Amino acid sequence: MSTAAPELEQPTLRIDGLKVRYGNSRRGIDAASLAAVRDVSLQIFPGECLAIVGESGSGKSQLFLAAMGLLAGNARIEGSVRFDGEELLGLPAAALNKIRGSKLSMVFQDPMTALTPHVRVGVQLAEVRVHHAAATWRAAERSALDMLERVRVPDAPRRMREYPHELSGGMRQRVMIAMSLMCDPRLVIADEPTSALDVTVQAQILGLLRDVRAQFGTSIALISHDLGVVAGIAERIVVMYAGRVVETGTTRQLLRAPRHPYTGLLTRCAPNLHAARLDRMPCLEGQPPSPTEPEIGCAFAPRCPRASGLCREQRPPLRRIDEHSEAACHHPLAP
Amino acid sequence: MSSGLWRGAGRRLRANPAAMVALAVIVVLVMLALAAPLLNPNSIEALDWSQVATAPGVAHAHWFGTDRLGRDLFVRTFEGARTSLAVGLLAGAVSLTLGMGFGTIAGYVGGRADYLMMRIIEILSGLPLVFFVIFLTVILGRNGYVLYASLVAISWLTMARIVRGQTLSIRRQEFIEAAVATGGSPARVIIKHIVPNVLGPVAVYATLMVPQIILVESFLSFLGLGTQEPHASLGTLVAEGAGEIEAAPWILLAPGILLALLLVSLNVLGDGLRDALDVRDPG
Repeated sequence: MSTAAPELEQPTLRIDGLKVRYGNSRRGIDAASLAAVRDVSLQIFPGECLAIVGESGSGKSQLFLAAMGLLAGNARIEGSVRFDGEELLGLPAAALNKIRGSKLSMVFQDPMTALTPHVRVGVQLAEVRVHHAAATWRAAERSALDMLERVRVPDAPRRMREYPHELSGGMRQRVMIAMSLMCDPRLVIADEPTSALDVTVQAQILGLLRDVRAQFGTSIALISHDLGVVAGIAERIVVMYAGRVVETGTTRQLLRAPRHPYTGLLTRCAPNLHAARLDRMPCLEGQPPSPTEPEIGCAFAPRCPRASGLCREQRPPLRRIDEHSEAACHHPLAP
Repeated sequence: MSSGLWRGAGRRLRANPAAMVALAVIVVLVMLALAAPLLNPNSIEALDWSQVATAPGVAHAHWFGTDRLGRDLFVRTFEGARTSLAVGLLAGAVSLTLGMGFGTIAGYVGGRADYLMMRIIEILSGLPLVFFVIFLTVILGRNGYVLYASLVAISWLTMARIVRGQTLSIRRQEFIEAAVATGGSPARVIIKHIVPNVLGPVAVYATLMVPQIILVESFLSFLGLGTQEPHASLGTLVAEGAGEIEAAPWILLAPGILLALLLVSLNVLGDGLRDALDVRDPG
C-alpha cells in the first residue's frame, strides 16, 4: 500500500484516449455504429489496485478486453494501450500471446464457464507455465500445486486431479486466480471476479486478491459494478459512465466526498445498514444513454439532479478538482 | 491431457453391462477373425469337390459348411470379418483425423474460411456414393485402395460437419476466451482446449461410424464394387448366400449373423461410450 505519489513511477498500464466502436464490418464505421468506449485515459502503477466502477454498458470491461486483444472482429479501436512501456494495440498476435497470460493476465467473471470442462485442473494450471515459462511438465505441475496452496485451496493435491465441475464456485475462482498468477504477472485484470459468487464467498475472494497483491506485488485492475466490493481493496477508483471516465480519485476521498453527481448517487445506492430507514432503498432513476446515439452535452444530464442548460449543450471535460480527484462535471458536488 | 478423460470413462464404461457384453463380443470376434486360419486348416481358396455345398457340422472339416464351389465357409466368413473390420477401423480412423482437422479449423477460424470449407463439404456430399465409387474404379482400376479411399471420402464429410458444429458451440464460451487470454495461439487453443472438449461426442460418433462404414463396404461388395474374389468381405459372402437362400441357407446365415452381431455390438459399445465420456453426468 504505497502512499508515495504514484505519478513519479512509470505506470504498468497506461491507456491513452482509448475509443472502441462497433460497426457493420462491411460498411465500416458510420454514424449508426455503436460506441462502447468513447474516450478513456487511465494509468495503473506498479503494485497498485485500481478499481473501475460503472453500470452495465459503461464500457468498463470493453476497455480491458481491448487491452488484451480480446474484442470481436468488428470492433474498431483507437488510442493507445501501453503495458510496461510497450504498445499493445496493433501488436502482432504472436507477440501479444507472449504477454497475455504471463505478464498480463485476466480473471474472468464466471469461473463456472471460464475453465475448460474436460481438462483436469492441474493440467490447465501447469499448461500455462509450460507454455510461457518453457517449464517441464513435472516442474510446472509442482508450481501449479504450490500456487493452489498459496490461493488456499484445501486438499490441493486432490484438487489437481479433479475436473472443474467437481469444484465449487469459490474454489473455481481460486483456481482462476491461481492460473492468472502462474507466470508472475505484472498486472492482473479481474473482471467482476466476485459477481457470480455467493456473498460469503465473495468476501473470501476479495480477501484473497488483497493477499495476492501483498504477496506477489502485482498490480490489479478490479472491474466491478459495485462500489462496496472495491472499497476494501482498491487504492484508487475510476468511475465510468457511458464510455467515459466521469470521476477518478482515491478510494477514501471518492467514497467520503464524491464530486461527480453520478458517483454521489452511486454511493447512496449501496445498501447501508446504518441508514435511518431500511425499507426504502434509494435508486438511480432512468437509463444510461444508448451507445448508438450521438453524444450531445453531458451523457448523465438526463438523470442528473444538478443538470443545467449548459450540461445539455456542452460536454464537461475531465478536469482536476483537487489534489486527489478529477471529475467531468460542470457543477461538481462540494466536498 | 486426455488420459484423464479416458481413465474416468473406462471406469464408467465398466459399470455398463450392455456395453461390456458388446465389448466382449467384439473382442471375441476380432480374435476369431485373426485366429481363424490357425484354427481350421482349410484355405480361403481351396476347392473341396467332395464337399460341395455341404451343411455345417463337426463331422467333417467344414464347421460352417461349404459354398457351391466347395470352399470352407468358416475360414471365409472370418476372412470376411477381418476384411470388414479392417476397412471399418482404418477408414474410420482416417475419416476421424481428417474430419477433426477440417472441422475444428472451419469452426474456430470462422468467417470466410468457414464458408468456403463448408461449401466444399456440401459439394462433395452432393456426389452420389455409387457413382463416386464407379468413377474412382474406372479411373484407378479395381483395388483395395480405391475402396478405402471412397469410404473415407464419404465418411469424413459427416465427421467434419459434426466436429465443426461442436466447435461452434464451444467457440463462444468463456473458457475459449480465457484460453486466448492466457496467450494461446489458434493452433494451441484448438489442440489444448477445443479437441479435448469435442472428443467426447466425436468419439461416440466415430464408434457409430465404424459399423456404418462396414455396412457401406458390405453394400458395395454386394454390388460387386468392393472386395474381389477370391478375397471375401462379409458383404460379398452375404451376396453369395442370398443367391442360395433356398437350397443352402447356411451360406447366407454364417456371414449374415456375424455381420449383424458385429454391427449391433459396435452400436451398443458406441452408445455406452457416449454415456461414459460425459464427465458431467455420472449417472
